[in-house]
Amino acid sequence: MSDSSQAEPLVPELTRDVVLKVARLARLHLAESEVESFTSQLTQILDYVGVLDEADTEGVEPVAGAMGLNSVLREDLPTTSLSRDDALSGAPHHDGSYFLVPPILDPRAE
Amino acid sequence: MATALESSATLLDQLTDGQTTSLRLTQDCLDRIAAHDTAIGAFLHVDSEPALAAAAAIDRRREAGEPLGLLAGLPVAVKDVLATRGQPTTCASRMLQGWVPPYDAHVVERLRRADAVLIGKTNMDEFAMGSTTENSAFGPTRTPWRLDCAAGGSSGGSAAAVAAGMAPLAVGSDTGGSIRQPASFCGVVGLKPTYGRVSRYGLVAFASSLDQVGPFSGDVRGAALLLEVLADHDPRDATCADEPVPAYRDQLERPLDALRVGICRDHFTEGLDKDVDEAVEAAIDVYRRLGAEIHDIQLPHARFAVACYYLVAPSEASSNLARYDGVHYGARSDDYDGLVDMYCRSRGEAFGAEVKRRIMLGTYALSAGYYDAFYLKAQKVRRLIQQDYQQAFTSVDVIASPVAPTPAIPLGSLVSDPLQMYLADTYTISANLAGLPGLSLPAGFSDDGRPIGLQLLAPPFQESRLLQAAAMHERETQWHLRRPPLAEDSS
Repeated sequence: MSDSSQAEPLVPELTRDVVLKVARLARLHLAESEVESFTSQLTQILDYVGVLDEADTEGVEPVAGAMGLNSVLREDLPTTSLSRDDALSGAPHHDGSYFLVPPILDPRAE
Repeated sequence: MATALESSATLLDQLTDGQTTSLRLTQDCLDRIAAHDTAIGAFLHVDSEPALAAAAAIDRRREAGEPLGLLAGLPVAVKDVLATRGQPTTCASRMLQGWVPPYDAHVVERLRRADAVLIGKTNMDEFAMGSTTENSAFGPTRTPWRLDCAAGGSSGGSAAAVAAGMAPLAVGSDTGGSIRQPASFCGVVGLKPTYGRVSRYGLVAFASSLDQVGPFSGDVRGAALLLEVLADHDPRDATCADEPVPAYRDQLERPLDALRVGICRDHFTEGLDKDVDEAVEAAIDVYRRLGAEIHDIQLPHARFAVACYYLVAPSEASSNLARYDGVHYGARSDDYDGLVDMYCRSRGEAFGAEVKRRIMLGTYALSAGYYDAFYLKAQKVRRLIQQDYQQAFTSVDVIASPVAPTPAIPLGSLVSDPLQMYLADTYTISANLAGLPGLSLPAGFSDDGRPIGLQLLAPPFQESRLLQAAAMHERETQWHLRRPPLAEDSS
């Protein structure tokens, strides 16, 4: 686990409960064996990324992308988009007009 | 007879002279795939009949004297992460198994317009996450040089296809080294262009601030040719730069005067394989002999690059892969209880272990309470890494380094140890964090015959310089002319 004992540790212990909570947030159903392996593997990885604590980032602005990148704007002109048939072509369930999903107001849903 | 083992320039000459036809060349590629791909695993889909028909049509147009595009009948293999209308696009995932996109990626449109023959879709790590192509849901790709070793990844199929003469050119994508590292493992040239140089429209997103599409080729000239086709301004990708595309091939023969090559001594320390160390040092000596100045440079934040990358990339991936919801396309579980359970089970069943691991890591890093400590911290370190390169490029023209700490690794050797697998990306990921162009070119072999690559990095939009510098080394060493024994056997 994290070796930083002073103040707040960067990497708190990653418990099984945390793994299950993150899986719920990520909408991932995990097998029991995956819960176990991810708990230990993610602990290892998070422990490693704790090295960033050693980087002095005082006053450094975060950057979200590559160097010297500028957003490129285009004219806001209408163009053709996918036809309905094309848009539905990869859907696992559809009725020719709409994507079909299970009832969204199911009271058992979270 | 012309085969895809010859350079793209030679093949184009032969096509123009009438010594061969696109049909014969395409058939030769298909024959090699049929003979060797059971062993290598480079392709997920071979588009035989449409490829032969396209080749025949190009031959007829040539015969009729019609003008042809830059690729004029050359077969090209495309990584299965790029949308191809009418050909399956799976990202080597059960999630997209059987999906046939209703549109072409921008680069695929470019290839068709340049009269390439699209021969098939190549194997990769699932959703481009991995360094050995062992994370493919459909089996690994092996380097044609050693069938017990990985082709590298994530674009392992594209690299192996070119090395084995199954296609003279191939397209890959590179988010943290996924073009350069398999190029090194397979002994071919691979180029990751500057972020924004090539449109990502139709590239299935992994980490959008890092992903870039680029070429594979047996030689530097082929990479330059294919980059001329791929690079272009596309308004459908808001990060695609509106910069003119140079004629990359025109300057290739001209050596760079007073080239300044930067070396970071930290790159040559613990963990670097002895044969790789020697090959890269020998490559630097080549530049010295050619009159280049060799300068030591400092990249003080390089040691944070792997940690920075493995927070940024999984965070972006967790967001990008949220689109696989079992509704619009992709797999849906047969067994669920309500809408949320449908999401969870569809994703849990159809994603492989590495994809799930990264979604978990990214979701955790972005979640309430950890955002500042992980994602925000990584974004700040990313700026420091970029500043290191800005500083370094004030005194050098290119930076030379290993591509990977080792030559191709035995299959299975790192699959159960994700952290060790991540650490092996140490030489390649900084170029993605900074958005720099990077190239891997053949620079020798290990004692037991596995290829070794040399990485060159240049400032943004200096692909011409990168290719010229690579061509200087290639002319001098001719490593690129060696072919795997398996490929030689079949013609």
